[in-house]
Amino acid sequence: MESIDLLVVDDEPGIRSGIERILRNFTVSFPFIDEEISYNVIMAATGEEAIDIIKQKPPAIVLLDNKLPGIQGVDVLDYINSNVPNVLVMMITSYASLDLAVKATNIGAYDFVPKPFTPQELKTSVENITKHYLLRRMTRKLHREGKQVRFQFLTVLSHELKSPLNAVEGYLKMMQNKEAGDSIDGYMEFIDRSLARVKSMRGLIMDLLDLTHIESDKRSRTLREIDLTLVARTSVETMMPMAIQRDVTITLDADEPQVVLADSDDMEILFNNLISNAVKYNVSGGWVKCKVLREKSFVCICVSDSGIGIEQEDISKLFNEFTRIKNPMSKGVSGSGLGLSIVKRIAEMYGAEIKVESTPGKGSTFSIFIPVPSVDQLNEGI
Amino acid sequence: MAEKNSKLIMIVDDDPDYLFQLQFQIEKMGFEVVTAESQREAEQLIEKVKPDLAILDLMMENEDSGFILSHKFKRKYPDMPIIIATAVSSETGMSFGLNTDVERKWIKADLYLEKGIRPDQLHREIVKLLKL
Repeated sequence: MESIDLLVVDDEPGIRSGIERILRNFTVSFPFIDEEISYNVIMAATGEEAIDIIKQKPPAIVLLDNKLPGIQGVDVLDYINSNVPNVLVMMITSYASLDLAVKATNIGAYDFVPKPFTPQELKTSVENITKHYLLRRMTRKLHREGKQVRFQFLTVLSHELKSPLNAVEGYLKMMQNKEAGDSIDGYMEFIDRSLARVKSMRGLIMDLLDLTHIESDKRSRTLREIDLTLVARTSVETMMPMAIQRDVTITLDADEPQVVLADSDDMEILFNNLISNAVKYNVSGGWVKCKVLREKSFVCICVSDSGIGIEQEDISKLFNEFTRIKNPMSKGVSGSGLGLSIVKRIAEMYGAEIKVESTPGKGSTFSIFIPVPSVDQLNEGI
Repeated sequence: MAEKNSKLIMIVDDDPDYLFQLQFQIEKMGFEVVTAESQREAEQLIEKVKPDLAILDLMMENEDSGFILSHKFKRKYPDMPIIIATAVSSETGMSFGLNTDVERKWIKADLYLEKGIRPDQLHREIVKLLKL
C-alpha cells in the first residue's frame, strides 16, 4: 500500500474534517500499478499556511478552496505553478463562482469540484486526479531511465572509440621517437598492430551504422514478404572469404523458400552477425551450419558451429551492448561487442525468440524463431 | 644498462596494445616484465611471481579493478611499489591523485599516473620508486 500526501486548503473546519473523514479509509487502485493507493490528508486553514506546508514537503495533490481569509486560492495556485509544478491542484469552489473555477483550470489547476459535493463526487474527483498524478510520475520515471540508458551507451561507446585511437597514437609516437631504432623493419609489428586496431574500429563503426538503421527505421519500416532462404544464401556468400581465411567450412541447409514479413536489411544484418560470430569464434578446420526451416508457426534460423563455445554463466551476458566474453579461447578475436545486441534488438522488433545452446570447447547453436505471418497479413502486405 | 637492474615489473592492462607498448618500453629500460590482461589474470599471476613493482590499469572488468588489485597486492607484498596508470581523468573528467592524506589512505598506490606519459618520465618514476 502506497500512501500519497493530499493537502486540503479550506478555511471552513467542517469542510476540512469532512474531506478528511471521506478520504481516511478510501483507497484506489489502477491496472497499471501494483499497489493500492491510500491518502495521507494534511490540512491548512489559510493560503499562507498552505504555502508553508508546500515549502517543507510538496504534497502530490492539493484540494484548494479559492475564497480564503488572507491570500486567495488563485495566489496559492500561482505559487504552486511557478515553484512546484509537479503538484496537482484541484479547486474546491461553490456553484456561484464556477466561472472562476474554469479560469483556474485555465491557469494550471487540474480540475475543480463544486461545493457542496457528496462523498461519492469527491471520491471520483480524487480518483481521477490520482490517476493523472501516477501516470505522470511513471512517464517521468521512464523518461529519466531512457536518458540514463542512452547516456551509459554513449559513455561506453566513447571509451570503445577512444581505445583504438590511443593504441594507434601510442605506436605512432613510438615510431616518431624512433624507439625501435632507425630501420623501418623494426617497426613492422607496430604497423601490423596499428592496422588491426584500425580495422576493428571500422568494424565498430559498421555495427553502429547497423544500430542506427534499426533505431531510425523503427517507425517508418516497410515490411515486405521476403524469402529468408535467399537472404541466408547471400549472407553465406558474404562470409565465405573470411571463412576460407580461417579454414572454416560453411554449409547452408535450406532448400525451400521460407517467407516472412520483414525488412531485408534487418534480416541480412541478423544473418551476417550470427554467421560471422560462428566463423570468428571457431577453430581451424571447424565448420558452421546454417539452417532455415519451418517449425509450426515459426521460421527457424539456426546457426551452429564447432567453435569454442560459451560457459553457461556467460550466456545471459552475451546480448548486452559492448559485452565481450573474455577468456583464453576468445583472446585475439576482434569484435565491437555490439553484434549480438543488434541481433537481440532485431529479434525483439519482429517478436522473435532467441535460443542459445552451447558446450564450451564443442560449439554453440543460436536459433531464432520468427513468427510466420498469417494469410490475412500476407494479403494486406502490412 | 640492461644487466645491472634485472628487476621484475608486472604490468596489468586490458588493452593488449597498451600492454605491448608499455612492455616494449620498459624492457628497453632494462627491466624484466610480466603481463596480465585482466584483474582475474593478475590475481592468478601474483600467486606465482613476486614483482619488484606493479603498474596497474584502473578500469578493467570492474570500474575499480586497479584499486582492488592494489589493495590485494599491498596485503601480500606491503613493500612492493604500485603505480596506477589510467586515462580516466582525460576521459571522464574525474580527477583524483595522491595529494592528500585521505587520498593516500584510500587509494593504496604509491603513484598515480596519466596514460600517455613519455617513456623517459616513466623511467624516472620507476627508478625513484625502486630506489635504484
